[in-house]
Amino acid sequence: MNYILIAVIVLGAIGLVAALVLFAASKKFAVYEDPRITQVGELLPGANCGGCGFAGCAGMADALVKGADAGNIEGLNCPVGGPEVMGRVADLLGMAIANGEPKVAVVRCNGTCENRPKIAEYAGLRTCAAMHACGAGETACGYGCLGCGDCVKACQFDAIHINPETGIAEVDEEKCVACGACVKACPRGIIELRKKGPKGRRVYVSCVNKDKGAVSMKACKVSCIGCGKCEKECPFGAITVGNNCSYIDPDKCRLCRKCEKVCPTHAIVAVNFPAPKPKPETPESPATNERKEAQE
Amino acid sequence: MKFNAKTFSIGGIHPAENKLSNDAVTQVAALPKQAIFPLSQHIGAPAVPVVQKGDKVKVGTMIAEAGSFVSAPIYSSVSGTVFKIDTAIDATGYRKPAIIINVEGDEWEESIDCSDKLELVEAHPELTPEEIINRVKVAGVTGMGGAGFPTFIKLTPPPTAKAECVIINAVECEPYITADFRLMMEKADEILVGLELLMVAAKVTTGYIGIETNKPAAIELLTKKCAEKFSASTFHVEVVPLKQRYPQGGEKQLVDAVIQRQVPAPPAIPVNVGAIVQNVGTAYAVYEAVMKHKPLFERYTTVTGKKLQSPSNFLVRMGTPMQDLIDACGGMPEGDNKLLAGGPMMGKALTSVEVPVCKGTNSVTILSDDDARRKEPQPCIRCAKCVSACPMGLEPYLLAKISEVQNWERAEREDITSCIECGSCQFTCPAHRPLLDNIRQGKATVMGIIRSRAAASQKK
Repeated sequence: MNYILIAVIVLGAIGLVAALVLFAASKKFAVYEDPRITQVGELLPGANCGGCGFAGCAGMADALVKGADAGNIEGLNCPVGGPEVMGRVADLLGMAIANGEPKVAVVRCNGTCENRPKIAEYAGLRTCAAMHACGAGETACGYGCLGCGDCVKACQFDAIHINPETGIAEVDEEKCVACGACVKACPRGIIELRKKGPKGRRVYVSCVNKDKGAVSMKACKVSCIGCGKCEKECPFGAITVGNNCSYIDPDKCRLCRKCEKVCPTHAIVAVNFPAPKPKPETPESPATNERKEAQE
Repeated sequence: MKFNAKTFSIGGIHPAENKLSNDAVTQVAALPKQAIFPLSQHIGAPAVPVVQKGDKVKVGTMIAEAGSFVSAPIYSSVSGTVFKIDTAIDATGYRKPAIIINVEGDEWEESIDCSDKLELVEAHPELTPEEIINRVKVAGVTGMGGAGFPTFIKLTPPPTAKAECVIINAVECEPYITADFRLMMEKADEILVGLELLMVAAKVTTGYIGIETNKPAAIELLTKKCAEKFSASTFHVEVVPLKQRYPQGGEKQLVDAVIQRQVPAPPAIPVNVGAIVQNVGTAYAVYEAVMKHKPLFERYTTVTGKKLQSPSNFLVRMGTPMQDLIDACGGMPEGDNKLLAGGPMMGKALTSVEVPVCKGTNSVTILSDDDARRKEPQPCIRCAKCVSACPMGLEPYLLAKISEVQNWERAEREDITSCIECGSCQFTCPAHRPLLDNIRQGKATVMGIIRSRAAASQKK
């Protein structure tokens, strides 16, 4: 009985002393952390994808609070959460909403098996980076999609896949959060983050080939030949041609689609527009083929 | 004939020789209709064009000057008119800037000595080391073994290193290629004068010529000529027979085999252990540049392949499309083929026969589909064959894995930058794993990281 009592007293005394030491230490060596960092961290999605440019959501929360203290959270944007989450974060921090327009990854190559014939067979390691280091790849285009899926491996959101029929990467707009992982993974720099556009409507040049027109035409039927027709046609000055390749500035483009109509190689693509009265796809493609045959 | 042959100390493999064109006496290749000169034929900055569209050029006219210190000028190998300055597919597989010349006739610059007379160093007292190096630099001579490092830089070692000997790389350990062997058989005297010039330029008196024992005729011939030429002189030159082992032609392996010294990990180079290594083709090019005032615009190239009608050796003007050479050997064999600029081990696969012969093109190899096709990779069985084969003492299975998972810090710690990309690991792997493919990716990335780190610390 006595032993039990002694043990309880001794342990109780040790516990008391330890508690006092811990209490003193926690007061003396306390590190102040802004409680808002935890609160903001709770609002963020917790995907830790790195799409915001920080190592994870905790880093982003820290940067947001620091930015709020400095009076500016512009340029900080959570691509996963989008405007909704950023709005809530801004409310919490008492700041104006500072998010840009939602973006989406766009694969700027349309060199499908049909458009871009194979001229060789690659038998090495099937990654885009390895194939890119070996040369132009299986087709004659040294700029286009290699189709080995380095972007697919990089995507944490299952939002980009290689279409087995075309052999080209395709983005799932619903799933894409514009974190930019695929942009970094692509050794050819084909993928670009572009404004999602109203109702997902976008017009862009689906080619990055910088060879002269005659050369790129030989390699791929739908390559941009840098003819400059679109540049002349555009009423808003959104299009520039440089290095034999055209580029549409998403900030200036008003989606009038005039460029799409004049492009001789159909390198300019418009997506998510409602179909005009007769379907545009079906009558267009045979017509192009006929024109091609006539040329040949 | 028995030799007391040496070799390097670690790793190495022995691929089938397939030296099909050993006995094919070198032919002078026909002039092309149009010659293509890529501006980047060497390691370093691309050359800068000094001609314009429509300019008339002769054989030996400079058409592009060195772009920076580590660079080399390019000379026209044909006479004619500059057709355009455009892009053309080169051995990298990509379109790169190039000068394209339409060939008309065959008119040479008057400064070039076209006679066959053998010029000796003794007859030219004006040849100081500086003068030799300058002439080599002006002539645009680069390493002829494939990598294409400007030769004049190799001859001017950094002040921290002191050259003790010149080693001539006549190993030709790559299967199929015979261009160096034919050159030795046909131009032995010139090569020895070239070696003497290299020794004078590097201010050394010792020279070695490393030749593998599968070329007994060359060993015999050069030993005899060396004895005749150097026995009474102040130079000590020795022909070193080497056991057949790939990659003995690698600089570091050759230094190890010939003088038993090991070159430390990069950025150390052979001259840090006292050796300047030059390809036998380079020695010949140095002779022609210094003694004949002939810039580098033609070279010995082997065109070979088991299914090719007549594998041959050519003295070919640079800028000649490979198609012309293949046609001269009976045309591209039927069926699927793999076209390589270089040999089967280190050659670069090409997707176009329009690629021109450049300064570093020692061979055009055509492999049949059966020989070239890779087998399906199997899981690694940890047999460590790749470790025994690696001539740099690395662990290829590990480097390949950490490159695959993109662990760049670890890759750097494991010395991935020491890899010479010889492909011995992949050749020997019983599971047919793409080891080198992965390692090459890792090496390129790690080198990029090291470079940007150096640039960043320089900024600070």
